[in-house]
Amino acid sequence: MEDLKATPLRAHHEELKALMAPFGGWLMPIQYKGIIAEHKWCREKAALFDICHMGEFLFQGDIEADGLEDVFTFSVKGIPVGRSRYGFLLNEAGGVIDDLIVFRLAEDQVMIVVNAATIGNDFSVIRSRLKEGAQLTDISAVTGKLDLQGPLSREVLVELCGSEIAGIPFFKFIKTRILGADAIVSRTGYTGELGYEIFLPSHKVAELWELLLLDPRVAPAGLGSRDLLRLEVGYSLYGSDLDEATTPLAAGLSGFVKLDKEFVGKEALLKEQQQGAARVKIAFRVDSRRAPRHHYEILHQGAPVGTVTSGAFSPMLSCGIGLGFVKPEAAALGTRLVIRHERVEMEAEVVELPFYTGGSLRA
Amino acid sequence: MAKFFTKEHEWVEMDGTQATVGISEHAAHELGDITFVELPQMGKSVKQFDTLAGIESVKAASDIYAPVSGRVVQVNDKLEDAPELVNESAEADGWICKLEGGDPAELGSLMDAAAYAEYLKGL
Repeated sequence: MEDLKATPLRAHHEELKALMAPFGGWLMPIQYKGIIAEHKWCREKAALFDICHMGEFLFQGDIEADGLEDVFTFSVKGIPVGRSRYGFLLNEAGGVIDDLIVFRLAEDQVMIVVNAATIGNDFSVIRSRLKEGAQLTDISAVTGKLDLQGPLSREVLVELCGSEIAGIPFFKFIKTRILGADAIVSRTGYTGELGYEIFLPSHKVAELWELLLLDPRVAPAGLGSRDLLRLEVGYSLYGSDLDEATTPLAAGLSGFVKLDKEFVGKEALLKEQQQGAARVKIAFRVDSRRAPRHHYEILHQGAPVGTVTSGAFSPMLSCGIGLGFVKPEAAALGTRLVIRHERVEMEAEVVELPFYTGGSLRA
Repeated sequence: MAKFFTKEHEWVEMDGTQATVGISEHAAHELGDITFVELPQMGKSVKQFDTLAGIESVKAASDIYAPVSGRVVQVNDKLEDAPELVNESAEADGWICKLEGGDPAELGSLMDAAAYAEYLKGL
C-alpha cells in the first residue's frame, strides 16, 4: 500500500474531501459528494475526471517496417491521421493483455493509450513485438489526462479552447494549445455521453483542473461514478470483464478484431471461431433494485452456468444490471437467470447492450 | 425515548415491548448512496443479533442484524421505492422495521448514544 502512485491532483482531491482508494496501483478519488450525484451530473451537465493514472506510449517511425502494424487486433496504418481506434493487445492464446486506443498523430507517429494497471507489461510486450531499434517511449509520467464528459462538455470546452472543438466528430481528435502548452483534445470517453479526453503535459494538469472547475456547469466526478456510467452503456472494464484468459470473441467484442490482417493471437481466435467459445459474455437486467456484483454466481434452471464480472444498481434504469460470462446455452436474449451470492439472490434476464440508450454520445 | 446501538451499527428504540430498528447515521454515511433495502418478512421472528434484513449501496451489500429479539410487525415500505431515505434520515424517517415482543433487558448488551459515540472514535 505504501508505494501507491499519486496523480498531480492528489492535493486537489484531498482538499475537495474526496474518498480516496487504491485503483490499479494508484491512489485515486472514488467519490467527492456521492457516486449517484456525480453520475447524474455527468448524464446532465459536464463531469470532470482525473484520468492521469492511465498510460501513454509514443511510437515514432515506419508503422509497417518497424512492426507496429501486426501488434494489435486492428490496422494501425489504416487509421487516418487525426483519428483513433479502439482494440486489443493479445497474447498467443488470444487472451486480452489490454484494451487500448491508438491515436494516429501523424504519418509516422502514434500515441497508444493503455490502462493504468497494465502500463509496465503492455510496454514490454509491445516493445518485444517491434523491430529492434524501433522508437517506442513511455510518456505516461509526463502526460496528464483529464476527461470532461457530459452533454454540456462541448460548450464548456468551446468557450475555453475555441470553436475548433465544436467540429470534432466521435473518435477524432485535434492537436491544439491549452494554457500555452501542446495538447490533444479527443472526442472519446468512457461514459456514453458527449465528451472529451484531454491530454496535456502533467505539469499543466492542475491549472486546467482548477480552471474547468470555475465553470458552474462542471463538477468533479470520481471513479465510482465512472464505473456506473461505463456499465450502463456496456463498456468492458479491464481486469473485471476482460483479462488474459478471455478472448475478444468470447467477450462479444469481435467488431474490434480484424481477422483479415496479421496479429499475435490470431491463430487462437480462428480456432475459437471454428470450435465456438466455452463461455460467452452476456448482459443481464435484474428484476429488482438489487445489485449483482463481481464474482456472484449465475444459475440457469437451477444449475451454475457462469459468473458475474461487473454489476451495479443503475440509476438510469432503477434496477440492477450486470455483465457476466456463461455457458453458451444460457446466453440467448430473454434467458431467465438467477444471480446468487450467499444469502443474496435475485432474478434476472439476458438483455441487449447498451442498457442505457439515452446518452448524448453522438450528439 | 433513548436509542441504543450495536457494534454492527444498528439502532433500536424501545417503547414497552415494541422496538423500532434502523441503521446508524454513521453506517449510512459509510455505505454511501443506498440503493436497495431488503425489508424483513412480516411476522418473521428473530433472536437478538440474528440476520434481520439486508441493505445495499453503490459500494456494497450488507446484512442488518436484530438489535433485540422479537417478531416483525411493521416494515417501512417507503424504503422500497426510496431507499435513499436511509441516507437522508437514518435515525428517524429511514427506520427499517418494528419488532414486537422484545425484552427490554436485552438493551443491556447494547451501547447508549454516548457509549456508541466513544466506540466510533475508536474505529
